[in-house]
Amino acid sequence: MSETHSEEPSHRQLTRDDVLKVARLARLTLDESEVEEFTGQLGQVLGYVGILDDADTEGVEPLAGASERTDVLREDEPGESLARDQALSGAPRHDDRFFLVPPVLDTSAE
Amino acid sequence: MTACREPASVLIERLSSGETTSLELTDACLAEIAAHDGSVGAFLHVAGDAARQAAESIDRRRAAGEPLGRLAGLPVAVKDVLVTRDQPTTCGSRMLEGWIPPYDAHTVEKLRDADAVLIGKTNMDEFAMGSTTENSAFGPTRTPWRLDCVAGGSSGGSAAAVSAGFAPLAVGSDTGGSIRQPAAFCGVVGLKPTYGRVSRYGLVAYASSLDQVGPFARDVAGAAMLLEVLAGHDRRDGTSIDQPVPPYHQQLDQPLEGLRIGICSEHFGEGLDQEVREAVERALDVYRGLGAVVVEIELPHARFAVACYYLVAPSEASSNLARYDGIHYGRRADDYDGLVEMYSNSRGSAFGTEVKRRIMLGTYSLSAGYYDAYYLKAQKVRRLIQQDYTQAFLDVDVIASPVTPTPAVRLGQLTDDPLQMYLADTYTISANLAGLPGVSIPAGFSQDGRPIGLQLLADSFAEDRLLRVAAMHERETDWHLATPTLDGDTSS
Repeated sequence: MSETHSEEPSHRQLTRDDVLKVARLARLTLDESEVEEFTGQLGQVLGYVGILDDADTEGVEPLAGASERTDVLREDEPGESLARDQALSGAPRHDDRFFLVPPVLDTSAE
Repeated sequence: MTACREPASVLIERLSSGETTSLELTDACLAEIAAHDGSVGAFLHVAGDAARQAAESIDRRRAAGEPLGRLAGLPVAVKDVLVTRDQPTTCGSRMLEGWIPPYDAHTVEKLRDADAVLIGKTNMDEFAMGSTTENSAFGPTRTPWRLDCVAGGSSGGSAAAVSAGFAPLAVGSDTGGSIRQPAAFCGVVGLKPTYGRVSRYGLVAYASSLDQVGPFARDVAGAAMLLEVLAGHDRRDGTSIDQPVPPYHQQLDQPLEGLRIGICSEHFGEGLDQEVREAVERALDVYRGLGAVVVEIELPHARFAVACYYLVAPSEASSNLARYDGIHYGRRADDYDGLVEMYSNSRGSAFGTEVKRRIMLGTYSLSAGYYDAYYLKAQKVRRLIQQDYTQAFLDVDVIASPVTPTPAVRLGQLTDDPLQMYLADTYTISANLAGLPGVSIPAGFSQDGRPIGLQLLADSFAEDRLLRVAAMHERETDWHLATPTLDGDTSS
């Protein structure tokens, strides 16, 4: 994927289907009023950020973080870690040994 | 005037001389909170008995002649985005309601090491996303100066706590202005350090490449003292920089010789309130009177900052907030069918609207087909914004500007219009994109009594110079001495 493939998305109208698709990707159940609200509001924000098209970024390297430190290394030494009861202390459901989750293999999984 | 409204440096003197005790001070703060926080809404959790016990223990150790930390006995309020092993941490969200973390943030450890009294956790926009603290799931924070107006955000509770005299010092976090902007709305000093100056270990992540923890205080000296405690290297944060922490507080009375202040026309354009403009110009005159030179600088990419930020920050947020899965901690929905629906219903029901909006925006801009045009483009513009500042700081020591286009807005004024809310961050977000330190200091009031702040930005790791420049203004003015009366408060 390269920049030349972008279809000027900043000028593209955000649709209700786009919002539903993104909500699925983000694992967010939205109610009807939120879908409607976000369709308008996110479209507005995406329209506004279109001004970035005016910035000449030819040959500019992306900047991911202000400090740009990379490869911060340290010795791999065992340290303290959370006790099991502490690690489980905030879990909505557990059996004192494990986090409990609904069945993973079900038909609603995508 | 209550004891808690005195500057931190004065209170530390009184504590060490024996003129007052930590318990007296802590009780005075708790009494103010009990009397007025019902109408201000600064705290989500008041530590009460735990704070009193900590204070008594410090008083006993002082009486026994034991060595004590730098903030010994001083009550400090902590934004509810920093994890505390003995106090709940909600981030202003239903998602984490009732959660008590199993460990302390690095900055919380530092506060305990300094013998500060942790008096409670302060209100905030949910997961630090917002500019008014109206996005808290537990109700808004109001500026103590005008109870019909917001405290700003996202660290509104910390700013209001210091302003109202609930605590002499408070800790906040700043991702796009979340310390500086509420400091301006509440008439206190608030400083965002250089990215990497303060460890983010235990700071609940919003946008990891932008988040920094920093101090609130009634005056510049208080901010300097608290920053000295918070700053320093921590191997648990890979972006923490291993550089010595200067004695910020001791250098404050040294003015900066030959001070050069940069101003940028982009910061004084359309949308800037006239009273804010006048306050900033008055502050510049104060500096001119001290021999400073004020020069025009160019920040050619400043106009792209809001757009850049509202792609970078939500993108990082959409990734960071994926951890709220209803499994390890946080809320799980009552009704669901299968794992995926459990995720979606838990997140859909426990996150507030602004958090969902930003997760959606970030997910969209990172998704296939849009990544290059949005996220990657924003990262490139981010470099251009950073380069503008590198260039500017070759010529000037600090850059002065308004903190916000207007003084504190009324409750509800911007909540229905996210884009307008985002645009109000225009003067503060560049510092986060470029990783620079910035401070907001009291610089006046509107005619109707709302505080106005002056923002000063400096080059990376120049907090010492930034604080010295801030102190120069403070010595010539008395805006920082004004205190709200909480007259509109009918709760007491």
